[in-house]
Amino acid sequence: MGLFLILLILTIGAFGFFIGRLKAIKLRSASQKKITSLNHYYGYYIAIFAIVPSLLVFLAITAFQGYIVEVYVLSDFIDLNPNLLASDKNLLLAQIINTSEGIKLFDEISPLITDAVDKYIYIEELIDTLTYVIVLSVAGLLSLFAYVKIKSNLDSRKFVESFLLILFFTCSLVAIMTTVGIIFSLLYETLKFFSQVPITDFLFGLNWSPQRVFVRDSGDLDTRDLQNAFGALPLFAGTFLIAFIAMCVAIPVGLMTAIYLAEYASPNLRDWAKPIIEILAGIPTVVYGFFAALTVAPIVRDLGQNAGFTVSSESALAAGFVMGIMIIPFVSSLSDDVINSVPQSLREGSYAMGATKSETIRKVLLPAALPGIVGSFLLAVSRAIGETMIVVMAAGLAAKLTANPFDAATTITTQIVVILIGDQEFDSPKTQAAFALGLTLFIVTLLLNFIALQVVKKYTERYD
Amino acid sequence: MFDASANLKKRLKSERRFQIFCITAISFALIFVLILFLNIFSSGYSAFYKTTIAIDVDYSQVIEDTTQFAAMSDDEINKLDLFRFSKKSIYSLFPDIEDRKEKKLLIRIFSIEYEDEIKQFLIKNKENIKKIETVYLTASDDVDQVRKGNYPRDLPEERRRIKDIQLEYYDILENNGRVKYVFNIPFLTRGDSREPELAGVGGSIVGSFLTIITVLILSFPIGILAAVYLQEFAKSNRFTDFIEININNLAAVPSIVFGLLGLGIILNVFGLPRSTPLVGGIVLSLMTLPTIIIATRASLRAVPPSIREGALAVGATKMQAVMHHVVPLAMPGALTGTIIGLAQALGETAPLLLIGMVAFVVDVPSSPLDASASLPVQVYLWAESAERGYVEKTSATIMLLLGFLILLNLTAVLIRRKFETKW
Repeated sequence: MGLFLILLILTIGAFGFFIGRLKAIKLRSASQKKITSLNHYYGYYIAIFAIVPSLLVFLAITAFQGYIVEVYVLSDFIDLNPNLLASDKNLLLAQIINTSEGIKLFDEISPLITDAVDKYIYIEELIDTLTYVIVLSVAGLLSLFAYVKIKSNLDSRKFVESFLLILFFTCSLVAIMTTVGIIFSLLYETLKFFSQVPITDFLFGLNWSPQRVFVRDSGDLDTRDLQNAFGALPLFAGTFLIAFIAMCVAIPVGLMTAIYLAEYASPNLRDWAKPIIEILAGIPTVVYGFFAALTVAPIVRDLGQNAGFTVSSESALAAGFVMGIMIIPFVSSLSDDVINSVPQSLREGSYAMGATKSETIRKVLLPAALPGIVGSFLLAVSRAIGETMIVVMAAGLAAKLTANPFDAATTITTQIVVILIGDQEFDSPKTQAAFALGLTLFIVTLLLNFIALQVVKKYTERYD
Repeated sequence: MFDASANLKKRLKSERRFQIFCITAISFALIFVLILFLNIFSSGYSAFYKTTIAIDVDYSQVIEDTTQFAAMSDDEINKLDLFRFSKKSIYSLFPDIEDRKEKKLLIRIFSIEYEDEIKQFLIKNKENIKKIETVYLTASDDVDQVRKGNYPRDLPEERRRIKDIQLEYYDILENNGRVKYVFNIPFLTRGDSREPELAGVGGSIVGSFLTIITVLILSFPIGILAAVYLQEFAKSNRFTDFIEININNLAAVPSIVFGLLGLGIILNVFGLPRSTPLVGGIVLSLMTLPTIIIATRASLRAVPPSIREGALAVGATKMQAVMHHVVPLAMPGALTGTIIGLAQALGETAPLLLIGMVAFVVDVPSSPLDASASLPVQVYLWAESAERGYVEKTSATIMLLLGFLILLNLTAVLIRRKFETKW
């Protein structure tokens, strides 16, 4: 029904546009005075009045509809039991809605529920009708108002243009709203989490086993349980272990690739090799995860076992290696740009002194390009830390503190997914822990990016 | 005395060594791309085919006069109980089998929906059903994998999912020319299933499509208008700087954090329905917005000032100059950025896991408000399943996903080639 109403509003708006334009044309031919704006601006004038406020009203009603319905329908239940839990409320509401749609989950339906179902149907219909009446009358009345206001001295262009400017501005605010939303949602749950688990336990604790909290009824949680279950240090260690392995692959390969493409490759080779390497960045991470889990992990295990190591089937090495491959293009294309931007005169100076190409690269170009290269490494690290699917599919789930690359290791992102996948129970410290992990991740990646930008900004030498 | 030639030799050697390192690095990267693609394609292409086995169905045992089927509606046929009849039809392949256990094993050669397949054949051909018809039934996953050579036959029986006697039946059927290897259309049209041979990606293709359309509808206008504001209208002050820093930061935030945002705000505060392409689309649009804004701003910046000044000179307002002259010229760049953003969104998995788009969905979704999966999530789901049949299905899904991504990126390249103006 929402879609139909929106279509109706848009139709009114389109109608308003033509009426407005028509009136402007009439005014122009009838009056001797000059009309300030072009005809179609009068059309837009009415259309804006017709569409924008009514859409906002519609959104507002839809936003509050759920709340109103809940309060009204559940009023009897709340009278009986004033301390009804939020989860019970949701259950009741779901039962009522199901019953109203003719789905019977229970054989016996209490009279209270039957009453509530009637109430539910009644209020839903009432709100629907009211929405139509209110929204359509807002649209109609305001377009009428706008129509009356169109006179020869009305500068509708100014109005339309300032409206557009406000619209553009609002769109650019979405970025800020997203950031605020992220920070708010992460902080809100994290603070709740830290009210139950001390922050020091979270940051420095050695034991991560949130599922233990899950098993027990969350009603009688032992504080000792909470303290021992949420030590995230093994996760941090695992994350850095895997990121480290990834960087061990990505830095040498990426940097050497960049050097080759920038300094040695013929333009022809460069033209087709660069896009192929950038394909690596465009492949969805879930594909890498699949490849890591099904192809690379068994190879790593067999190789390791032949060499006499005990390798777990979900080794940090396999996940880290594939992640490193994924990151190669991030290192190579950024470094490539930086190396290319070193002025030609430095190269020529070096050659003039008799240096070979590799000597020039190692002793002149790399030092000159170092800040940018370090910046690209840092960005790549932040990628590696935030990467999710490869580690979810190929790294382990059990948290243990290890620096052995053949062992299974788990990461921050893996644990967020493990905790939140499927059905979550809200208000449990376990779920909140995932948000605390998310906040940690957010802060760390933000810091890394910030440092990378600062390094590039501060230490890049300007040659011209 | 200083021996210059020896020193030079050493230096040239190190030069060559350095070059070899470089070439090794770049070939490593290139070879890896090749291995990845070969690996996926070689294990995935067979999922586009399936094994079917012909059985003779005597429809006259259902209704003596088979012309009467033509008068029945599809619904009526669907309601017929053909379970025992279907079983009997399968038993008729080997009339000698008496043992109940062996009969059961024979049935297991076929996929569990044999009754439905026999009915569907009836519905499709009800106008002229002959007394005895040859119906091709989907083989079970185990048989299918044997046919495709993915199951080694020489394993000892207890380590195989398929029994010796079943292999025997299958070989006899194959020698009788009853086995047919056909293009697996249901794989592209059906939803997920617990049986690998019946599972399809149709549901997740539609789910991905609905998600991407939502992303397009939300992020394209918002992204472009935001970019126009920031590039053309915003005065440079602290607040504008703040917005810009925000956009650049958002571009670097790990995708899973957007999933937490979707879970914490969009699902729990706004109360939108879980597991739906609508919510997935909203989350992914927030993620792709920075990409679109940054690309659009770059192409707006590339439009030379003379265009704006020309428009202003003939009396256009600033808004008219921008909307009528600058934005249309920047459109190819904006479109390219949008398509690249869409490609990112199409391949994204992690945020969708958190907003519940991992549900096991059998039905093909019909609106953005239906629970559904998406292609990358389907890859994740099937990759976690143990059955052999899902491995080739996963690879095939990846092939489709990569195909769509290549298509999107090619479109972007074509748009850039065709419409890009160098000033």
